[in-house]
Amino acid sequence: MSDAIVAHELRKTYDGVEALRGVSFEVRSGEVFGLLGPNGAGKTTTVEILEGYRNRDSGEVSVLGHDPATAPRALRERIGVVLQHSEFTPNLTVREVHRLFAGYYEHPRDVDDVIQLVGLEEKRDARVKTLSGGQKRRLDLGVALVGDPDLVFLDEPTTGFDPTARRAAWDLIRALRSLGKTILLTTHYLDEAQQLADRVAVIRAGRIVSLGTPAELIGDARNAEIRFRRDGEQVVVTTEDPTRTMHELTSDALASGRELEHLEVRRPTLEDVYLELVGGEDDVADENAE
Amino acid sequence: MLLHQLAHEQRTFWRSREAAIFIFIFPLLLYTLLGSVYSDEIEFGGVEVASADVLLAGLFGYGAANTAFGGLAIILVSRREVGILKRLRSTPLPPATYIAAVLLSTLVIFALQAVALVLLGRFVFDASAPANWLGFAGAVVLGVACFAGLGVGAASLIRSAEGVSAVVNVVLLPMAFLSGSFGPREDFPGVLDVIADVLPLTYFLDIVNSIYLEGESLFANPKALAIVAAWGAAGLAIALTRFSWMPRER
Repeated sequence: MSDAIVAHELRKTYDGVEALRGVSFEVRSGEVFGLLGPNGAGKTTTVEILEGYRNRDSGEVSVLGHDPATAPRALRERIGVVLQHSEFTPNLTVREVHRLFAGYYEHPRDVDDVIQLVGLEEKRDARVKTLSGGQKRRLDLGVALVGDPDLVFLDEPTTGFDPTARRAAWDLIRALRSLGKTILLTTHYLDEAQQLADRVAVIRAGRIVSLGTPAELIGDARNAEIRFRRDGEQVVVTTEDPTRTMHELTSDALASGRELEHLEVRRPTLEDVYLELVGGEDDVADENAE
Repeated sequence: MLLHQLAHEQRTFWRSREAAIFIFIFPLLLYTLLGSVYSDEIEFGGVEVASADVLLAGLFGYGAANTAFGGLAIILVSRREVGILKRLRSTPLPPATYIAAVLLSTLVIFALQAVALVLLGRFVFDASAPANWLGFAGAVVLGVACFAGLGVGAASLIRSAEGVSAVVNVVLLPMAFLSGSFGPREDFPGVLDVIADVLPLTYFLDIVNSIYLEGESLFANPKALAIVAAWGAAGLAIALTRFSWMPRER
């Protein structure tokens, strides 16, 4: 089977508001698939339909060959879910929480292996309430992995991490990928998607507006930006033909004997492409509130 | 898997100091306090009965409501709000197994509490031993069943973890007082009697008294049994239509 997830024309309406207006995409087995979009675009609704938490109004869904709406136990044996907000019983130790969840699966991974994989071996016997925020997220991930799932849902796994912790989490996600796991990742961070995802879908107002590898998405946007300072003023030139524009700018500058201070040429990042796609709709204040 | 979850529930309960004190110790503490204050005989249903006996039965009823109704409502609402229930729904653990484990755990806790109350009564306040042990055990199960139904029902209606303790106490303490858990209600004004006459704990206490003091069987008072069962069923019906595993939308 080459597709871990197939979603076709998913639709969902809440109280007359169309949250999803026909979302279609496939996630291939063994890939890291990034789902990006502003708050309220339909990311969470899509993921929760795939996880079996919500029912679609119409459309077809297959997750590892099952319909998640009926949430068959055979499917739940094979998926791991990391929720955006979730906690564990504060008085249990890291190892006890892992063992509790391992007991739910027919073929769990070795608990100590999982604890080591997520880098919590020093906290094995520490109570959950004594863990830091980042350690709690790693516990979350460990619990999602303890059933040895084929498909892992990661909902904003590094929100609130400091840069070092994010790098560590990224390494961990890459390690999961090399174990052959399929990963569906939702994130607010574009650099995260660019670093980790094999393919990315951008969702906006209940529709997928762009889908492809990060390189393809960036490649679709031809513009380059040339920046320099003139008389202390920042100048930005956007061009579809950077070689020619650059040549013209530098020729003029040489001819008039002036220096183009702080000269740089910038290719668009996924972030630029994303902001163009979602049209500045991203609710920045809301994001920061999280 | 049921035993696995039951072991987890027990470990979680006893390790949480707040739960162990509020749920397990509190009725024993109240018995100690009330038992020290009322040491004579009390006129109860026209006969003189040792106050230690009346209070033991009353606090047994309060304990059942506190453990099964209060304890369950608080556990379920707080677990839902922090996403524990949602998380569980994505695992292969069947929901029915989970609920069964939580209910069995509640039963274990209350059974231990009932034994502790009887021991405290026997050895400190010289209360009688239950006249009908089998019926007494039946009352433990009946109390947990009825108040657990109400507890799960309440958990289905209460949306916030902050609100649940307040709601539970506002319901529980007046109910226990009106039903006669903390002493006989012979001198209550009529209006309070009217309220008490609809409360499940009133009828549960009638059953407990008849078993504990008179050695009757669990089924000696079919009317009271039916009312207690109806309250439990009403809670269960609310739970079946309204219970959610998902936290509130943020």
